[in-house]
Amino acid sequence: MVDSYRPKDLKDALSIRAEYNPQPLAGGTDLMVRYQSWSGTLPLFTKSVMFVGHLKEMKYIKKEAKDKTVTLVIGGTATLTDVANNPDTPEVLKKAVLSIAAPALRNNATLTGNICNASPAGDSICALYALDAVIVIEKNGGSREVPIMEFITGPGRTVLGSDELVTAIKIPLKASSVNDFTKVGTRRANALSKLSFTGVADYKNGRIDSIALTFGAVGPTVVRSVELEKKLIGLSGSELKARIPKVIDDYSTVIVPIDDQRSTAVYRKKVALNLLEKYLKELSSHE
Amino acid sequence: MKEIKFILNGKEVSVEADPLKRLLDVLREDEKMTGVKEGCGEGECGACAVLKDGVLVNSCMIPLGAAEGSEIVTPEGIRETDKGKCIIDAFGDAGAVQCGFCTPGMMMATEALLTINNKPNESEIREALSGNLCRCTGYDLIVKGVQIASERGKDLW
Repeated sequence: MVDSYRPKDLKDALSIRAEYNPQPLAGGTDLMVRYQSWSGTLPLFTKSVMFVGHLKEMKYIKKEAKDKTVTLVIGGTATLTDVANNPDTPEVLKKAVLSIAAPALRNNATLTGNICNASPAGDSICALYALDAVIVIEKNGGSREVPIMEFITGPGRTVLGSDELVTAIKIPLKASSVNDFTKVGTRRANALSKLSFTGVADYKNGRIDSIALTFGAVGPTVVRSVELEKKLIGLSGSELKARIPKVIDDYSTVIVPIDDQRSTAVYRKKVALNLLEKYLKELSSHE
Repeated sequence: MKEIKFILNGKEVSVEADPLKRLLDVLREDEKMTGVKEGCGEGECGACAVLKDGVLVNSCMIPLGAAEGSEIVTPEGIRETDKGKCIIDAFGDAGAVQCGFCTPGMMMATEALLTINNKPNESEIREALSGNLCRCTGYDLIVKGVQIASERGKDLW
């Protein structure tokens, strides 16, 4: 049996976190399964727990404008349903969130929880890598912002300190005309990903102006190669079309999946590269 | 152990329990709301579905402490209402019930769906029930039950 805390507000939560380092629990949809025990018995948490899902001051989604950049700010206790229903949520994130589990789970699970769980198969994480999301972290007397690619360091591992909490996720809202999020799982609802793919890109004056390509569940963290993306900036649609086999070759060296209970390395790699090819063909026909 | 209060089917209740006890166990054992079923115990089957502050959730994944002060509605809380009776009759007439174990959760998912969309099409119904597993019916008869409830209950939701 472990202690549990129910802070009255965020300030209280940060004090409790600093003093006792409890495990934060928002929706509980990952943690209650991880520590599940027999029916009718308590879940077997290994350290104290702090409920945070009720903290109203983090239950928001808002737009912020600064220096010509518009940012979507998703509060730490906004649920996946809140994210999916928000009209400003980028298309790929909306699709990713709606591919997670089923309505009852999405009503309870939070986007922040999905990120802090840091699963390589986290569907929202694949989209958030492509959207250059930034994680807002607070502790008593300080705050910092960390790009999601630096926030997640391995399967289930993040840079979050034991006295810190994630209080929001910031997503810069950028022009993006060709968008794709595809999840491959055993069934449409309630399945964890075998793999997932996100592509976002935009043209300016007939040339690729921005592009992000990310792959979930094919490595210890979501895979994104900014270097390979840079090689595509400035190409026209027809130039990209001619380059597709080379791009697939390049990506076949960075996508190095493993076999596990959900899929095999061979299948994951083949399908990831097929999804990439399909997206690039679609993109090359737009310009 | 801690005394935790919440609203259950419209009445305030107070439970003396570990805040990490699953809401599912509190409802079934402390409050004798056995309409809430345990299937998988890990959020995949929807047999334990209840409404929390008006939205559908799986009670097996919610520790009691996270439900403090919330309004919880179980199948017992809707079965005597006009909406509940409408769903029960529609499921019966459609033959949507075979072994019956998934039925309470299916009915909560139906209530949650019709509350936000009282004229759902078939794909919206299937999406709304996607977190509820049934091993008997093959789902078609349950979808039919929801359609009948939606037609008959158009003035209720």
